[in-house]
Amino acid sequence: MATTQWWASESFWRKSAIWVTGVSLVVLILLTFDTIPQISVGSKRVPAYSAINHRIEYQYDDKRKVQIPVIGEIEPLYGNKLSEERAKDLVTKGKLTIQSKNCINCHTLLGNGAYYAPDLTKAWLDPYWGDRTSREQTMVDFIKDPSDKVHNALGRRMPRLGVTDEEARAIVAFLKWMSTIDTNGFPYNFKPMQQED
Amino acid sequence: MATIGQLDSAHLNGGQKLAVKYFIVAMVLFGAQVLFGLLAGLQYLKPDLLYEVLDFNVNRMVHINAMVVWLLYGFLGSVYWMLEDESQHEVVGLKLGNLIFWVLTSAVTVVVLVYLFVQVGPGEHSSIWLINEGREYIEAPRWADIGIVVSVLVFFYNVATTFSKGRYTGIAGVLVLDLLALFGIYLAGMFYTTNVSVDQFWWWWVIHLWVEATWEVLVACIMAYGLMKVLGVRRKIVETWLYIEVALMFGSGILGLGHHYFWIGTPEYWFTIGGLFSALEPIPLVAMVVHAIFDAGVNKIKNSNHPCMAWLIAHAFGNFFGAGVWGFMHTLPQINLYTHGTQWSASHGHLAFFGAYATIVIAIFYLTAQQWRGKVWMAGDLPGNGWKWKWALGLLNLGMVGMTVAMLISGYEQSQIERAIEGSTWGGYFMAQAHPWFIQGMWWREVFGTMFAAGYALLMWDLMTIGKNEQRPMQAAVTNA
Repeated sequence: MATTQWWASESFWRKSAIWVTGVSLVVLILLTFDTIPQISVGSKRVPAYSAINHRIEYQYDDKRKVQIPVIGEIEPLYGNKLSEERAKDLVTKGKLTIQSKNCINCHTLLGNGAYYAPDLTKAWLDPYWGDRTSREQTMVDFIKDPSDKVHNALGRRMPRLGVTDEEARAIVAFLKWMSTIDTNGFPYNFKPMQQED
Repeated sequence: MATIGQLDSAHLNGGQKLAVKYFIVAMVLFGAQVLFGLLAGLQYLKPDLLYEVLDFNVNRMVHINAMVVWLLYGFLGSVYWMLEDESQHEVVGLKLGNLIFWVLTSAVTVVVLVYLFVQVGPGEHSSIWLINEGREYIEAPRWADIGIVVSVLVFFYNVATTFSKGRYTGIAGVLVLDLLALFGIYLAGMFYTTNVSVDQFWWWWVIHLWVEATWEVLVACIMAYGLMKVLGVRRKIVETWLYIEVALMFGSGILGLGHHYFWIGTPEYWFTIGGLFSALEPIPLVAMVVHAIFDAGVNKIKNSNHPCMAWLIAHAFGNFFGAGVWGFMHTLPQINLYTHGTQWSASHGHLAFFGAYATIVIAIFYLTAQQWRGKVWMAGDLPGNGWKWKWALGLLNLGMVGMTVAMLISGYEQSQIERAIEGSTWGGYFMAQAHPWFIQGMWWREVFGTMFAAGYALLMWDLMTIGKNEQRPMQAAVTNA
């Protein structure tokens, strides 16, 4: 019987499996150490929660050839400028509500979730809310009772999920904050609401 | 005295008796997955159906969670199934393993009842702990997470200790390390953070490193065992292939994680890493096809369990097309920018989970049915020419391929109209959803989903009856020694 070639031997592939797995894991861990600070709150890519005190614009970056969020002049949510701590509390309440109401099983956040309802990544900037001045209240009212807002030709509607006024306002804060995240141009070719007067 | 042709637990060893319990729950949950999938699919077409009673988000969550749990139950069962045979040793701590089965199953039942009847809670931490974590695929509330971790620790203890006291084969070595990684990774998803980018970063560690790495290696172990049992392939061959699979799977899959880091706030270097490594991910799946087909060919497809063998082949092809080809089609960032979060993902998800995972668990179901009835004949010349298993195989696979293609067509339309033309606004989204091409895809998905459901019903019928009153003993697998 012919001896097994080295490339077909069990021990060669066992060692290969161990080495390949080990090296891949080490590279992943190193990259994780590099990535986490870059996506921590307050970084360039993921701004501080107090960004909700500002106007958020979505501008085309000629160098990167994609749109990126730009934090503009002071334009506080509900007219109240919040400290970083209070902004964090509000956005946290919004995220907790989004999780508790199981929003992700209809919507997507940063493109991840279900596909029965629109993506929420840039929902704050969406022209659907009419104009800049009425947007906050329109969004709050919609989230509290969307049952009479019929979408698409088939009549798809969002259900009433028992969202309180406080929770709805917090959700809007979360959505405003999420729109400041640099998502490398996703969603592409987005046409935001006019942000200037 | 055990009777051949009858379901009799005397035909099973300790681990296999426990495996059967896992398999029965898995089959019930498979049915729940199909039912809630049909409901959610129907809501695309008739949005007022069960509006504010069982909304889409509930149905979709139950649909997917039922799938994750039935596959996990299938995997746990498969490992218990092979454990004594592979280690040549009785399962260590089997009583504890049995207890944990009941604990886990009770927990799953409570979680599902809460999903269905409580559904949502106030925006507080208590909702995440008690009702629903609200994170896709791992929605189980935190209390259940802790229960899952305890259960799998017991499972791991059963497996690792049994192998270390008995025969520690190559399959055992890969399996034990893989299970350790699989369950360790689950911990990465068990925390709350307001930072949605960091949230999704770690969430993908759980999701991706499960389904595109550790689950793949786990099914490769099951496949190795299955090929030895059904075809009589030599251990040296399947174990060498298993190492090749591990090297290729982890070599491409671990850093392939990068394809989920294109758009969640993470830096741009993930484009290159994610694009490159995920483009390599189909390679081990090609290797798996070559392996299965080659071994089947060498043995002239003479095997002791035709339905099991057919499902193993369905697994090899389904894994390659569903996970490999359908994944590759939209994995590069340049196309993913338009397809991410559209029906493309749903199309890929359906074929991949069915092709890679459902198929192999079904293959083990047939292995189980054969042994449970006392190692009866399950090769050719089955009563009625084996029409039930053949039709179930056909209906399930055709139903799935039909659903996949239907959703892909809707996905194409969505990525063109909503994304490329309309600029991804809510208005663009609804315009694309109302487009006749999109709706047509959703109708066909429902039609093929119904075909799939018929296949499921037939499969269950067949599993309950195949080999009944069969008096011929099992045809020995043709050994290649």
